[in-house]
Amino acid sequence: MANADGNLLEVKNLRTYFETDDGIVKAVDDISFQLKRGETLGIVGESGSGKSVTNLSIIRLVPTPPGKIVSGQVVFNGNDLLLLSNDAIRKIRGRRIAMIFQDPMTSLNPFMKISKQLMEMTELHLGHTKAQAHAHAIRMLETVGIPDARERAESYPHEFSGGMRQRAMIAMALSCEPELLIADEPTTALDVTIQAQILELIKKLKRETGTSVILITHDLGVVAGMTDHVIVMYAGKIFEQATTKELFAVPGNPYTKGLLRSVPDPTAEQGKLYQIPGLPPDVAHLKPGCPFAQRCDYTQDICTREFPPFVQLNADHYSLCHFAREVYSESGGTPV
Amino acid sequence: MATEKKPEPDELIHIGPEMAVAEADLMPGEVGRFVQGTSLWRDAWRRLLKNKLAVFGLVVVVIVTISSIIGPTVIQRVFGFTPDYIPSNDPRLTQSFPPFTGPNGEFSWAHPMGTDNAGRDQFARVLQGGQISLFVGILATLVSLLIGVSYGAIAGYVGGRVDNVMMRIVDVLYSLPYVIVVIVLLSMFRSQTPRGQLILLFVAIGTVSWLTMARIVRGQVLSLKNQEFVLAARATGVSNTRIIFRHIVPNTLGPVIVYATLEIPQIMLTEAFLSFLGFGVQAPLASWGSLAADGIQNIAVFPWQLIFPGVTMALTLFSLNFLGDGLRDALDPQMRTV
Repeated sequence: MANADGNLLEVKNLRTYFETDDGIVKAVDDISFQLKRGETLGIVGESGSGKSVTNLSIIRLVPTPPGKIVSGQVVFNGNDLLLLSNDAIRKIRGRRIAMIFQDPMTSLNPFMKISKQLMEMTELHLGHTKAQAHAHAIRMLETVGIPDARERAESYPHEFSGGMRQRAMIAMALSCEPELLIADEPTTALDVTIQAQILELIKKLKRETGTSVILITHDLGVVAGMTDHVIVMYAGKIFEQATTKELFAVPGNPYTKGLLRSVPDPTAEQGKLYQIPGLPPDVAHLKPGCPFAQRCDYTQDICTREFPPFVQLNADHYSLCHFAREVYSESGGTPV
Repeated sequence: MATEKKPEPDELIHIGPEMAVAEADLMPGEVGRFVQGTSLWRDAWRRLLKNKLAVFGLVVVVIVTISSIIGPTVIQRVFGFTPDYIPSNDPRLTQSFPPFTGPNGEFSWAHPMGTDNAGRDQFARVLQGGQISLFVGILATLVSLLIGVSYGAIAGYVGGRVDNVMMRIVDVLYSLPYVIVVIVLLSMFRSQTPRGQLILLFVAIGTVSWLTMARIVRGQVLSLKNQEFVLAARATGVSNTRIIFRHIVPNTLGPVIVYATLEIPQIMLTEAFLSFLGFGVQAPLASWGSLAADGIQNIAVFPWQLIFPGVTMALTLFSLNFLGDGLRDALDPQMRTV
């Protein structure tokens, strides 16, 4: 089933635009990446950088109108998902690509019992009978660590705490053993202890089932601990793409450097927390040149004139910057 | 409800589940039994019971409904006459008696509400009229529920041009004078049998009363369809039909139930109005409206013929309205202040 090169998912030149009164917002603009079977890919970026839209585009859930996937390919297991019929894509959603959302408080139906919501998945995709689906739902709840799963399954979402709801969401997402799990900021709405538990759980389940994961987050700590590859997004573009180790050790993009500098250092006695100056640009009215130029420490004339090239720095390391090589060398790397 | 109250036992239980859940989250495996949670409905029910007017309404509605259903049968068993029983050709018996009066002017339990022009027992007729009035009210409401909820939910969920066309149709129907449409429908297809006329009445009322329901449901769906659980359902591959009817419509139930309870009295009033005008229920069947219409002809001489059906109807309509208001307060999350 998989391609010869072992890619489960291959996104090629994806562009998703939103038509607004204010003009066309290029939320995702010419994005390409691959995900190998069993790997975890992290996508980081500020709010509005196009992380979520990228992933909604993969399973074709971009709200249309105003959103529209303008061009590109999303090759999953050798099939272009963007060319599938609505019925065909629905058979893939949940069955082979599952999604976990940011806010567990609102992503469960408040009027349905937890068990019902879990059962719906397997009845729909695996053709389970009610009894089978119910047994499976309880097994899944046990897997994600909900105590007294049999009784708890009959609760409504409002009787669950945030952490338990996210566990239930994960149980739901994994109940058909999907090949790809897209987790859209799965821990943003949770407090830190629960965050750690949920991430640990995703890691464990990934090890056990071999599911590939796309993890969207703006928490660099989460990326460091969870992922094999990282994509840094800014203004709908991929700014840097590398293995996690390499990205943290030798960043090749000024934006990534800024992000890494913004992480609080717990060992620092005092001092000010670094922040990247300025605000993300309005993607509806991008100026020519690099979208990050106004906020960048490395800006020179060329940055406001010409759009930067996507420079290859290493076997698996790309950076969108006029001075990618210089930044990379400065970080201690040797560009190829 | 501003009075200071000490916590009732069930309120303590209400605090329970959250705490139990929080504990469970921190130390999985260490929790014993957890307290049964209070569901949304049980919560609403408790709030409803605190509202005295609503409880009064509920009690009256239940009493009226039950006695309307079984009353005529009981009377037939006890006194031996049906609501449409005309005693005999003896002119002394076919005239109208005041309440609690027998043929010879003596006190009698046989006719607690007196008799009508033809000597039929008014009490039995009021009960039978209640049957038909409630039946019309409930059935027409169900029809409007079915059409209105589906129509509104589809328009709201699909959105865009479909929504636009569907709601403009509703606007057009809205702008038609409701009563005239019903009257025209009823007189155009005037049926020969009383039962046929009754069915026609359902259809006429049902076809025009779903409009508001459709608007209410559409509004609800518009705000619900952008919620994350709908996106989550779509991301799990659930079909649109299933999302509308299994995920979204149940979430609109609160306002829908409230509106439906308030619509029943409205439809009953319309039915009474139409029967009063002679377009509705035909004799020998009776409804509160047709009884009142019969009664008004003799109001100066035999006032009880108007008073009893009128008072019964007014009481029932009041009660249904109180109940509807109470349900709204109990179910509407925005009103959850006390």
